Amino acid sequence: MTAQAGAARPARPRHWRKPPLIPNPALRWGLIVAVLAYLVWGIGDLEFDLERIARGIPRAFDMLGQMVPPDFARWELLLDGLVESLQMAIVATAAGAVVSIPIGLGAAANVAPAPVYWLSRGYIGLSRTFPEVLIAIFFVKAFGFGAFAGVLTLFIASTGFVGKLLAEEIEAMDPGQVEAVRATGAGPVHVLLFGILPQVMPRFIGLCIYRLDINLRESTILGIVGAGGVGAVLYNSFSRYEYDFSAAILLSIIAVVLVAEWASGVARARIT
Amino acid sequence: MTGTRQEAGGRPPRVWERYSRRQRMWQFAAYLGGVMAIVWAATAMDIYWPFVLDAPEQIGDLAGRMVPPDWPFFLDIVDPMIETINIATIGTLVGGLLSIPVALLAAQNLTPNKATLWLARVIVVGSRSVNELVWALIFAVVFGPGPAAGMVAIAVSSIGFTAKLVAEGIEEIEPGQVEAIRATGAGPAKVLIYGILPQIMPVIVGVMTFRWDINIRQSAIIGLVGAGGIGITLNTAMNSFAWREVTVILIAIFAIVAASEWISATLRKRMI
Amino acid sequence: MLRLEGLSKTYEGGIAALDSCSLEFARAEVVAIIGPSGAGKSTLIRCINRLVEPTAGRVVLDGGDLTAMSHRQLRRARREIAMIFQEFNLVERLTVMENVLSGRLGYVSILQAAFRRFPPHDIDAAFALLDRVGLEGFENSRADQLSGGQRQRVGIARALMQEPKILLVDEPTSALDPKTARTIFELICGLARERGLPALINIHDVGLALMFAERVVGLARGHVVFDGPPAAVDEAVLTRIYGAADWRQTLRREEPEAGAGSARREAAS
Repeated sequence: MTAQAGAARPARPRHWRKPPLIPNPALRWGLIVAVLAYLVWGIGDLEFDLERIARGIPRAFDMLGQMVPPDFARWELLLDGLVESLQMAIVATAAGAVVSIPIGLGAAANVAPAPVYWLSRGYIGLSRTFPEVLIAIFFVKAFGFGAFAGVLTLFIASTGFVGKLLAEEIEAMDPGQVEAVRATGAGPVHVLLFGILPQVMPRFIGLCIYRLDINLRESTILGIVGAGGVGAVLYNSFSRYEYDFSAAILLSIIAVVLVAEWASGVARARIT
Repeated sequence: MTGTRQEAGGRPPRVWERYSRRQRMWQFAAYLGGVMAIVWAATAMDIYWPFVLDAPEQIGDLAGRMVPPDWPFFLDIVDPMIETINIATIGTLVGGLLSIPVALLAAQNLTPNKATLWLARVIVVGSRSVNELVWALIFAVVFGPGPAAGMVAIAVSSIGFTAKLVAEGIEEIEPGQVEAIRATGAGPAKVLIYGILPQIMPVIVGVMTFRWDINIRQSAIIGLVGAGGIGITLNTAMNSFAWREVTVILIAIFAIVAASEWISATLRKRMI
Repeated sequence: MLRLEGLSKTYEGGIAALDSCSLEFARAEVVAIIGPSGAGKSTLIRCINRLVEPTAGRVVLDGGDLTAMSHRQLRRARREIAMIFQEFNLVERLTVMENVLSGRLGYVSILQAAFRRFPPHDIDAAFALLDRVGLEGFENSRADQLSGGQRQRVGIARALMQEPKILLVDEPTSALDPKTARTIFELICGLARERGLPALINIHDVGLALMFAERVVGLARGHVVFDGPPAAVDEAVLTRIYGAADWRQTLRREEPEAGAGSARREAAS
């Protein structure tokens, strides 16, 4: 064949196929078949049939029709719930922030001795793995319905969250500054106060504000399992089929969540 | 405060202050506001304090009733656990597919006009601001209780998250590669297939893997409002005070959440 | 063949990048467009295939007014205008073959494009072009694994894959080291002559322009300030284009080296 482009073409056309992602054909086809089989079985397992969809779609439109216009007539109930959510978020964040400092210090490998480190890491892992709602339902069983179960849930989730990120901050800090303070003859408390905390303080406050935002978000739904806040009002309106009120509550929650997200972003940008 | 008095013929006395007066006033106001908010929230909240004081004892009591775990019960929860994983996996796939068109419209550099941009933004905000549990509540009404409602709830709540992150990925693609494909005379669909999709494929896969991990967590709890999965079993066990069964369920949830986190993190690390 | 009439482009913010440029390209020749940074070279090239929308003026290719075309008509017209880019602009995550075949996107259906089912004669032409630009055996490499010179070779193959009527080339060598730059420039000029293609090449290396082009267009502040054969480019002309400087070194003519297409030399780097 000549090198001149387009001049002479080979008698038989040359073939080209994109090289497959998995070169081994047995493995490739095996995977494709396995994935398809899983999809067929998995979707079947969800009991998702046409009849269900056919019945569901008119019901969805019916529900949507009842949701407009939203009914704000019982705004006092709604406001009470939102205020309780806000209170839960604030208290849980404040308490969580205080407790997360020792946990954060304990979970920082460059500060804590090994047993404390593993204990703190274990606590963080445990508190972060379980979804908030699951912890909440547990506390509701232990302490009855109400805001206390919710506060405790958010408190535990906050200590894990802030503790973990604080520990990462401490691990990433500049060891030179700590050494300099230690070199002046300061004891461990002074090292903590002048060497470690000033370095991580702005980030710590930022983390707390971020967590306040998350806690507010969560506190609006914990009421669904009875742990206080506006979620209880939402759940009741759903179970009484008062969808126009549900729509009002949902819109209020969305508004609060968006404002909180915006305010938290502004506040954090100012600090750092 | 700041020394502004001019000494005759000399420089003003030098004063060191960390922050300007204005900054300090802002700081003071922020601290004061924060403390007042915490005091207000803690005192105004409707909490029955004897419960709080009683808390450690109550938790200890409950913990006592939870051990030893009822190990044989594990065989009974295999099916609901698999259902939970299916809800999360298929919900992630469906949500991921639906989020791609939303992401294309939500990316500032691709969206055809202002109207489509805002439409996409409304979808993203709506999907993200309404909690998974609330979506589950809604779809349990629409499709009737069961895993199908859970899958749809997971899918719908994934759309916003996935679309937002993929749109951010699209905004960072290299315009030159797209320009070159346009210059060959390719229309919008071919530009999308050839110039854009190859660039954002890693983002799509990464975000969906990340979201799958979150969805495993969520699908474990949506059963509490009747949307299928292990949550239903948990609810039943709690309502019948079968605490030793509850322990087994919690261990199982912990195991799959931890496993999914590990799988998701490993996959994402591999891809980068 | 190609005629530009009073072509102007004012960007948002009032920067006039191109101010009423009129040029005629009647023969298949290599035209070097030179000028300082910001003179409007890139804008001029991009206004021809409307990657940049001109604000005034006309672009007439073989009697058709590109500036008056609808999007659909423009896409048809673009199939015959190939472009080579400064930063190569390959789709980095696709293979070399897919990048070369993307030159045919204007001719295949969406499904063919999606499943990479290009007609056999396109595959043949792509292989022949890869051989010609010195990349035989690279068809399954991913574009982001190649060196700069190799990438530009893929860019050249993609452009010629379009079987264009005209070749637009935007600073093809600025992202390359001097030696590779020269090889690539020779390759582009050689291919354009071989196929009887008019080529409009933006280049800021005046030495290369004088060595390989048959016609030189000088651009300054959005205006055409020179248009003539390389032999007519002297110190006065360069001063008109770029401003005063010592141009003797630049104008010391070199003889073009024989033997193009030495891909492997820069391949290893």
